[in-house]
Amino acid sequence: MSVADLLAGKRVCVCGGSGGVGKTTTSAAIALGMAAQGAKVAVVTIDPAKRLANALGLEELENEPRRVEPERLAPAGLELKGELWAMMLDPKRTFDDLIERLAPTPERAHEILENRVYRELSTAVSGSQEFTAIAKLYDLDHDGDFDLLVLDTPPSRNALDFLDAPGRLTSFLEGRALKAFLRPTGFGMRVLGRPAGIVLGGLRKITGIDLLADLSTFFGLLGGMTEDFSRRAAQVEQMLKSDSTAFLLISSAQSEAIDEAIWFRRTLEQGELPFAGVVVNRVHHDILGDADADDVESELTGLLPDQLADRVAENFRDYHVLARRDEQNVARLEPELDGRPLLLVPHFDDDVHDIEGLLRIHRYLFASEAERAQMIADVVA
Amino acid sequence: MPALLDRRLIFVTGKGGVGKSTVATALGLLAARAGLRTIVVELSSQERLQRTFEHQAELFHEIELAPGLFTISVDPQHSMEEYLRIRIGPLGHALGSSKLFQAFAMATPGMRELLSIGKVWELAQLQRKTRGAAPYDLVIVDAPSTGHGVGILRTPRTFAEIARVGPIANQGRAIAATIADPSLTAVVAVALPEEMPVNETLSLRDALDREGLVLQQVVMNAVYPARFSDDQAAELNGALELAESSLARAAVRAAVSEHLRAETQREQIGRLREGLDGGVVELPFLFADHIGIPELERLADDLEAGLAEPDPAGEVLT
Repeated sequence: MSVADLLAGKRVCVCGGSGGVGKTTTSAAIALGMAAQGAKVAVVTIDPAKRLANALGLEELENEPRRVEPERLAPAGLELKGELWAMMLDPKRTFDDLIERLAPTPERAHEILENRVYRELSTAVSGSQEFTAIAKLYDLDHDGDFDLLVLDTPPSRNALDFLDAPGRLTSFLEGRALKAFLRPTGFGMRVLGRPAGIVLGGLRKITGIDLLADLSTFFGLLGGMTEDFSRRAAQVEQMLKSDSTAFLLISSAQSEAIDEAIWFRRTLEQGELPFAGVVVNRVHHDILGDADADDVESELTGLLPDQLADRVAENFRDYHVLARRDEQNVARLEPELDGRPLLLVPHFDDDVHDIEGLLRIHRYLFASEAERAQMIADVVA
Repeated sequence: MPALLDRRLIFVTGKGGVGKSTVATALGLLAARAGLRTIVVELSSQERLQRTFEHQAELFHEIELAPGLFTISVDPQHSMEEYLRIRIGPLGHALGSSKLFQAFAMATPGMRELLSIGKVWELAQLQRKTRGAAPYDLVIVDAPSTGHGVGILRTPRTFAEIARVGPIANQGRAIAATIADPSLTAVVAVALPEEMPVNETLSLRDALDREGLVLQQVVMNAVYPARFSDDQAAELNGALELAESSLARAAVRAAVSEHLRAETQREQIGRLREGLDGGVVELPFLFADHIGIPELERLADDLEAGLAEPDPAGEVLT
């Protein structure tokens, strides 16, 4: 099974996983592969490596997809039947756009954009990247200009944050909790079962009165827009849960990344989100097979000077430790898959943050079973 | 004892997947060996460290892993409950356990970060606020990855500015002052000798600079050994054509790959050293199936040796 089969009939592909596992390159390779086969694809990325960004023509944050000119890929020998578009997400601008669109008047939008709580919220805060990435994805899907959208998710330490943050932020924007507090006879007071004065006093003691005032101004400004936020949140959820969405987990073969992937997989299941498969990057494939590592030295005799042969043998044994480690880690992942495909991308010789590297991963992900086996054989022996 | 450990607080940050936790723990072992009562704080509530030391995983408890080495897993929820208890007593307890209040506090932008860093700060106090708690000589924070890492260092000041007056503003200011004082706080970045982590380390340095903070130390993790010279690599390439058995071919092929990777790594290390003014220490790639206590001890040795040597400032290795 190749990525092409996996994404047949899908309109959205969300690539999730922990940091440093090659998510950005993999997302770009997937988009490239689908475009090569004839689809009009946009890849939404967060923070690509410079060389990769340059290769795709993403010199700056634009916040709208831009077409990757076919000439950029032609020298590398790839012809696209479809179109590849790419964009680098600008979280702050996406957030601002959303406010401008939802605010009842331009004046109100301006006031919100200038509000200090909002400015903090839209830039510094963890969660805002996750929130805006999903918001952008929804807009692009809604506009319907593309056959497929590929989202490279933000580099959260904890992959769960990505699923959790949009909801957390939405509930904050709806201001349900705070409004309940600010209304003396509201729900909050009844739940707390304490006189309003004490609770508000407590709140004031902790936050400082000015923060509270800023927050209530902020929620005052958002007044009337909260229904829009809720409606959007519901629509976004619907999109993510739909059959035309595929969540692909990206991992490395290291044990922490595999732990995260397992965790993420379970979270998708709990959230009833459509899990499509796992891509494990940088796998040290077993090259020893049934042979004995101790035989290597004698096999090298005559081929290399003794001292060099010793080092080659030592290197080989070290490699084999990693191959065995990767095998064990991947084995932990397998029972979680529920029959979904698992693609093991070999550990290539060099860094893959340029167009060559991109094409190599792309070729691997879109190859048939047999072609992949041949590629592994080429890498390892 | 390396001068780096002569602080009260060390934040260990870096891009995801570079081995921050491993380096934070190895630093902790090194400090404990030097006789410092040390605690390694995990901010991601994964209790990874406790598992490594085969301890029952517990959230928000200070646990002794080895003589002088403690760990705690800090999360915003428990931090808030503790803060409220210390701050306003029984009412705080009632507030803290209220679902609505929690929802409000956790949804407030930056509040989660502020609460966690507030607990870190509390751990670093000579006079602990938590009843019966003994002070630490050194607090090492296994901080979130870079983007958020700067965020968490910035949050206290942001809150001090937004709230202006009141307890949050005061506390924010006190924490910000501790973080900004290089004799009290050090920031350490962990990197891998690859393009993205090197880029991110350089931009972390710039981001810290904008906040008036200094990147004191970079730990270059997982550096391949230089097993083969260029001449030997040429010899290996020749042997690749001649190898008859598949085992010999595979072994030689693996050696050629390793040499290529090591070369790419040297280029990236050179780029990092060129971009920084020294302060880079290298740790070896460990060919082990997992990082356990012996591996951590080994890394602590390497850190000790590396931190003791004066770094060739800005020198590009060839």
